[in-house]
Amino acid sequence: MRVPPFERFYEDQQGPVLKQLRGMLGRDAADDAFQETFLRALRAYPTLQHGRHLRAWALQIARNVALDVLRRTRATSADVPDLASVDEPLPYEELRRLTAELPQKERAAVFLRYGYDLSYEDIGAALGSSSEAARQATSSGVRRLRRKELP
Amino acid sequence: MTVSPQLDRRFRDAAAAEGLLDVAFELHDTPVGRLLVAVTDHGVCEISYDADPDAEAERLARAFGSRVLRSPRPTDEARRQLDEYFDGKRRDFELEVDLRAAREFGRAVLAELARVPYGEVTTYGTLAARAGRPRAARAVGTVMNRNPVPIVLPCHRVVGSTGSLVGYAGGLERKRTLLELEGALPNA
Repeated sequence: MRVPPFERFYEDQQGPVLKQLRGMLGRDAADDAFQETFLRALRAYPTLQHGRHLRAWALQIARNVALDVLRRTRATSADVPDLASVDEPLPYEELRRLTAELPQKERAAVFLRYGYDLSYEDIGAALGSSSEAARQATSSGVRRLRRKELP
Repeated sequence: MTVSPQLDRRFRDAAAAEGLLDVAFELHDTPVGRLLVAVTDHGVCEISYDADPDAEAERLARAFGSRVLRSPRPTDEARRQLDEYFDGKRRDFELEVDLRAAREFGRAVLAELARVPYGEVTTYGTLAARAGRPRAARAVGTVMNRNPVPIVLPCHRVVGSTGSLVGYAGGLERKRTLLELEGALPNA
């Protein structure tokens, strides 16, 4: 299967890539990451040997870009990605408020699991840990929330 | 999920600005219809009538490399000059053309074609002679028919030995329109 012109690749993959980036980063950061994802894809495009699995390839690049962003965010801020500007404000606002007291890693894991509906594998990738560690951080966060008196 | 036009445009501009494209193309409306205008680092590599962008992207990728993207900015200068031409404000194009995909004889003929002045016509036979193959009028016709950059390389100025328009890849109606614009319609 031949590598299609980049135009076709970009048209086919832009929706799924943006969806994944918004899931991992929220709306504003996703826009920057979107451009970076396709620039990386464009740089690597001549090295592709065939046109199979392009969706998986695009999403892998997007994930790597998002991880870089998250690493930078964690390096510069104690907060998880800014969620104030995300599409559906209510549940996120709720989660944001509920999880405000959690340790950072647990808060991020709970957010990514319940706010963004990511798999533990994706959460692990986002947090730079294994999927098992991501699962543990999530459930430990949830246990902590349950122990708390909720307002 | 839908990508906003702003985000889309930003990426398309950035891809060109970083020099990552083998070919940038854009669609452009003119009095002879919508043209697809494509450029490489070497110049304008394609102008086509009635183009199906998907099919053209495939063709361009085979000829110049797979990094083909619709990206307006690199095509701005060519499209600006085309507008000036159709407004009657430009007689000569000041554009590099990329003929790497053409064969040797084709390149020689197209080089001669580029010298046919605005508002004048020549014949297939004359062009063949100038390209060093006086008996190759028919082959010249084929080169004209496959001219990758019509209008800029003026194959509309090549007519039959009797002055009849003969043929045009974009259709005779367009050939007539272009010659009329230049005030060069023979037998008018």
